[in-house]
Amino acid sequence: MNGGVGDPAELGPRPEAEIPPEACECAPENPVEQFLRTDRMPHIWCPGCGIGTTVNSFARALLEAKVDLDRVAVVSGIGCTGRVAGYVRLDSFHTTHGRAIPFATGLKLANPNLLVVVYSGDGDLFAIGGNHIIHAARRNLDIKVICVNNFVYGMTGGQVAPTTPVGATTTTTPYGCFEPAFNLPALMDAAGAVYVARWTSYHVRQLTRAMVDIFRKKGFCFIEVITPCPTLYQRKNRMGEGLDAMKYYKEKSKVRHGAPTSEVALTLDGDIIVGKFVDRERPEYMELMRSQLAAQLGDRYVEVEHLVCS
Amino acid sequence: MPKGYVAINVERCKGCGFCVEFCPTHVLAMSSAFNSKGYHPPHVVNPDKCTGCDLCGMYCPDFAIYGWKAPESKNGAKRDAAR
Amino acid sequence: MPHADPKGVLTGVHFMDGDHAACEGAIAAGARFAAGYPITPSTEIVERFAARIPTVGGVFIQMEDELAASIAIAGAVWAGAKAFTVTSGPGFSLMMEHIGFAAMTETPCVFINVQRGGPSTGLPTLPAQADMMQARWGSHGDYEIIALCPNSPQECFDLAIRAFNLAEEFRVPVMFMMDEVVGHMTEKVVIPPAEQIQIYPRRHTRLPPGEYKPFEPGPDLVPDMVHAGEGYRFHVTGLTHDERGYPSMTVAAQDRLVKRLKAKITRAADRLACYETDGVEGADVVVVCYGITSRVALRAVHLARERGVKVGWLRLITVWPFPTKQLRALARQIKAFVVPELNLGQMVLEVERAAAGQAETISVPHAGGGVHDPEQILDAIMEVVR
Repeated sequence: MNGGVGDPAELGPRPEAEIPPEACECAPENPVEQFLRTDRMPHIWCPGCGIGTTVNSFARALLEAKVDLDRVAVVSGIGCTGRVAGYVRLDSFHTTHGRAIPFATGLKLANPNLLVVVYSGDGDLFAIGGNHIIHAARRNLDIKVICVNNFVYGMTGGQVAPTTPVGATTTTTPYGCFEPAFNLPALMDAAGAVYVARWTSYHVRQLTRAMVDIFRKKGFCFIEVITPCPTLYQRKNRMGEGLDAMKYYKEKSKVRHGAPTSEVALTLDGDIIVGKFVDRERPEYMELMRSQLAAQLGDRYVEVEHLVCS
Repeated sequence: MPKGYVAINVERCKGCGFCVEFCPTHVLAMSSAFNSKGYHPPHVVNPDKCTGCDLCGMYCPDFAIYGWKAPESKNGAKRDAAR
Repeated sequence: MPHADPKGVLTGVHFMDGDHAACEGAIAAGARFAAGYPITPSTEIVERFAARIPTVGGVFIQMEDELAASIAIAGAVWAGAKAFTVTSGPGFSLMMEHIGFAAMTETPCVFINVQRGGPSTGLPTLPAQADMMQARWGSHGDYEIIALCPNSPQECFDLAIRAFNLAEEFRVPVMFMMDEVVGHMTEKVVIPPAEQIQIYPRRHTRLPPGEYKPFEPGPDLVPDMVHAGEGYRFHVTGLTHDERGYPSMTVAAQDRLVKRLKAKITRAADRLACYETDGVEGADVVVVCYGITSRVALRAVHLARERGVKVGWLRLITVWPFPTKQLRALARQIKAFVVPELNLGQMVLEVERAAAGQAETISVPHAGGGVHDPEQILDAIMEVVR
């Protein structure tokens, strides 16, 4: 939300990182730099927001997984996390609110060679986009979903989300949220995702490893990342700054790989169960489509890898 | 000789303090100085303790700091190595 | 222009309905991806596409709703495909979001709307032409689209190809405005050999990454495209953006972008104007019509001529952009326009605007569910000349 108006290009030259003089000889570039549209920095995210931290893990995971970056497409919806697409120096699409998944569906089906990553927020993916995400998981479409969950609608000023814990105050639940929240891993598990994990922006290395996992795994993969929203969620709930949230994640997170997803629901101030909850094999959508059509049509089936027009 | 170094892009910093808090060897502290947007960036207070683990870089939501390991020999990373 | 890929073209003489013909037109035009959601009376188009496209080399997916279908096609286009979706009124309402998105991001694609009676669920199996203004103005903000209106199964085939070609040339969503009767009417459809079907190719940039700016327009105000996966590392957003594709929340950027999105179509309005006429020269009255109503109106025109009235017939084929200039010129030569349509008066407003007081403009409304009795149109003609 910080400095949301104005063209960053008009803010003057961007300063360089200050490198210790004795280290100039050996200094590499910041590894995240090559993944950023540096001409758009500084970004609009607030001080203490955790979205940028997840982008660090994303960049390092792409490096570690040795992905051909020309093959990566990032698709975002609308909201604070929806801005990720605009900041990564990759083919990137900032679509409409809630529709990152169906856009990604068309992108992937027309060019299955792409590594399609949907990077969006909890409200975008699970409220307005809720129908799309369960169907993409059901189909086991080969897309990778990174859901940044900050429990609130940030871009519009801190309204209640389907993830807001009971008891939390938001600008549209001024007397406290009484609606039960979604347990996102359980929902994705039930819908058929082949990989479901949850980490927080404190768990930068684990998050990076999880992202490497999903870049290498076929099928619909889902990672929930709990992140601070100091400006809206935490301020309304007297939870302090972004750093306070990070300390809370450090203190309250319990790693339970393979935990039944029914047991990982979040509460206002309870433990945060993190880990890899689901990692299973199911045939992927394109494989199913191709084997069905080949079986039914035989030689008449024309399989085209990339639907590119002339 | 330190085992690692950090570089700080002061003007990108929004002063969240993640890097200071989570640096495992307590290399950093918040500076009392302001950047042009009025935030307090971190500064290096214990350079000798830096291991170059880049955890600061992993945490920084503003892409304003990063660390790297000092080269062990002349074959170490050159400035353009990561480009 | 290059010609159609013969693999997709069912050359020959067929007896098929408008829905099937539109599907064949789309395939002949090079569409290899469609996403849809079932809705009467349009469903036959996607049913045929689902059956046909695996043998041509393409993908059909039935999405979970029309919101999804209408943006899945945008995804497919940015991956390189020619793509379309198909719907009717209630689904068209849901697709408005992505007509705006396609206009803003200059995504070439085709929306087929087989119109039925509305509002809301209305008359699922019966015709109307009441989405004509929605096709033009349905999404929020200022933008332009192109809309074509076929009146026969043959034209469903022919104009579907033109719809795709215009989408590619102008990088704009094209509305293909059928109606239930044209969709379900079965007639002879001649599909020519592929080499006789001209195809407008994707406007792919020739510039290398680094030199290419995704939204820098050419002399015709239309920018060239790239596709995901080609190494351009480009950005596309529904936010107001600059030539680089970066969001730019300034009055200047908004002014530059939105005016260009409009001007790239309006500047070509003369070239886009397309209509068929019969006996307009020397007429006192001209019946302006489109879609199925044009066929009913032709009967009324013949009846009027039998009674000695000098009456012309003008059938709109390109409905949007509206051929204002052409109709204004005609208005100076006649007494009145008579405008029958299967709605309570939509395109008649455009005719009246074009006439600008030079000729009287008479609406012959019909709430939909059937077509006009030719006598209704005849009565309106006779009333004008009395």
